[in-house]
Amino acid sequence: MSMNSKSKAWWRELLVPVVAVLVGLAIGAVFMLFTGANPLDAYRALLSGCFGSPVNLSETIVYVTPLICTGLSIAVAFRAGLFNIGAEGQMIVGMLASAIVGYALTGLPRIIHLPLTILSGMVAGGLWAAVPGYLKARFGVHEVVNSIMMNYIALYFSHYLVNGPIKDPNLASPYSPEIADAAKLWRFVGGHGSEFRVNSGIIIAIVAAILIYRLLYKTTKGYEIRAVGLNPEAARYAGIDVSTAMARSMLIAGSMAGLAGAIQVCGIQYKFLDLFAFEGFGFDGIAVALLAKGNPYGILAAASLFGVLNRGSQMMQLLARVPKETAGIIQASVVFLVAAEGIVEGWLPIRRMAKLDVAGKEETR
Amino acid sequence: MEFLYFMADALATTVSLAAPLILTAMGGVFSERSGVVNIGLEGMMLIGSFMGVLFSHLTGNAWFGFWMGALSGAVVAALHGWVCIRHRANQTVSGVAINILGAALTGYLLRAIFHRAGQTEPVPGLASWTIPFLKDVPLLGDIFYRNMPPVYIAFIVVIVAQIVIFKTPLGLRIRACGEHPEAADTVGVNVSGIRYLCVMLSGFLAGMGGVTLSLGQLSLFREGMSAGKGFIALAAVIFGRWTPVGAMWASLLFGLADGLQLTAQNWGFTAIPREFLIMTPYIVTMAALAGIIGRSVPPAASGKPYVRRDGA
Repeated sequence: MSMNSKSKAWWRELLVPVVAVLVGLAIGAVFMLFTGANPLDAYRALLSGCFGSPVNLSETIVYVTPLICTGLSIAVAFRAGLFNIGAEGQMIVGMLASAIVGYALTGLPRIIHLPLTILSGMVAGGLWAAVPGYLKARFGVHEVVNSIMMNYIALYFSHYLVNGPIKDPNLASPYSPEIADAAKLWRFVGGHGSEFRVNSGIIIAIVAAILIYRLLYKTTKGYEIRAVGLNPEAARYAGIDVSTAMARSMLIAGSMAGLAGAIQVCGIQYKFLDLFAFEGFGFDGIAVALLAKGNPYGILAAASLFGVLNRGSQMMQLLARVPKETAGIIQASVVFLVAAEGIVEGWLPIRRMAKLDVAGKEETR
Repeated sequence: MEFLYFMADALATTVSLAAPLILTAMGGVFSERSGVVNIGLEGMMLIGSFMGVLFSHLTGNAWFGFWMGALSGAVVAALHGWVCIRHRANQTVSGVAINILGAALTGYLLRAIFHRAGQTEPVPGLASWTIPFLKDVPLLGDIFYRNMPPVYIAFIVVIVAQIVIFKTPLGLRIRACGEHPEAADTVGVNVSGIRYLCVMLSGFLAGMGGVTLSLGQLSLFREGMSAGKGFIALAAVIFGRWTPVGAMWASLLFGLADGLQLTAQNWGFTAIPREFLIMTPYIVTMAALAGIIGRSVPPAASGKPYVRRDGA
């Protein structure tokens, strides 16, 4: 990930992601052709699934919201040179904590109960991420392996809780009891039972993006995190406590994934629903963060794009008979192309400039 | 007495549960020894397990499926190699893309070819091999005499890998590329070539590990059936200090954790909730990694793209 953004024109910064997305969509079209479908019809079905009706639009925003949070989660860790592949598990414990605080406390005023519920989800996610963060910072254990392990532990732990201790005894299905009304986020249209599930969670997610941007680029702590990510040795030499900066970035990263879970519970589900498998918001957040090159504002755009792709893919499967996993293939292609900028830059008539940039990057290493 | 039966039961499942880990971990050893981090083992396993089932389904020949599964792992690994070696991409990011691709591509093909979601119908699987003379050895015989073929292949691969890496000129070149690519280049070693070879070999072995899950254990493909085993194999590489024999022992340890929890479930062990039993392999993996701190040092150039001084 290049950090010398100021040396490049803004359109050059956008060029690689945009071309990567276009090529990714073209690759997706090839896979659609394999199944005998017309890619144009398929993409049209995809778009109508996302924007075809007010309810669809509402659901699309609902789907994009957690992706913004998990994208931020991965981006913050990436800035410190860490790969937070554990957002999936952090989101699960965030959902658990919010559900428990949401239903176990009663009679509190909204102004206390709602923030408390959301905060507990963030804290739970942060603590979950702190484990691999601590193991990395203190002992140098690879955070990728550990955060994957933590994902599975979170999944099975949630199975245990929702099938036993926190299961609603009045229901046959493995659900937690419903959270108190005072812990629910406001739905823009209609009340808590509205079919338009879009809610103030999207505003929280956008505010989170702004705050993360300010944290990373306008504060000393953010500067330290970025310095550690660029070159831990140099950062250490400059007197930055590398372990603390790493642990801090993982804590923030986890709290963002936990926020995704909190919004899911307080805004959409109102309870913890047993998970049959990983929902994928954490993994998709990786693609979001990479496409946005870790820029919090870019994440808003990237999350919208992948959110539309993933949600629309179900309609695409229904109407155009294209397997919905095609969305994942597009996503993987985009990540490859963004990861290896050289591939995309080689296609563009900016090869000479690109070479100069690579030379500059090599020097700063 | 019951405890002994329990342990024998658990140990018998251990080797078959460890086999996919061992094969995949051997792939990880080759890749990392040559200087390329391979987080994508999980995705390569998944693709291998699907392709194995697909070709066994199409031809009715499980062995053909087995080798095609391994080969498809190598093809996907070539993509990882191209992006990481030729284009010097961030190797972890590329590996993550491989994992996304693995999950998406197998799901896509499952719907496109089998017209189903979730899992395929049963296909011809690999029949177990029985080793005649081993049967008579008391304890070992109970565990080893009758197993699916990949179990035996896995142990053979470990021996071959250990010899290749530490006793042959090729192994010396591989290690040189992972420790000090500049020096290797200076004495005429083709760093990119060696790295491509090792990355593709790692995909081949991870694919083999994947088929072991599908054709060896279940005779069908199930979405996401690798369930983090690629990452556990990666942990086994680290725990085994980047040596084939070490990674094998680590894989056996993780296999044992899995075998114990499965056997405990089968025996109707209720003192510990089922979910906590299922967690054990993951917890053991983390504990093992935390326990070897500072004593496990990766190859010096692992994860770093190699750039020649002349910029070629």
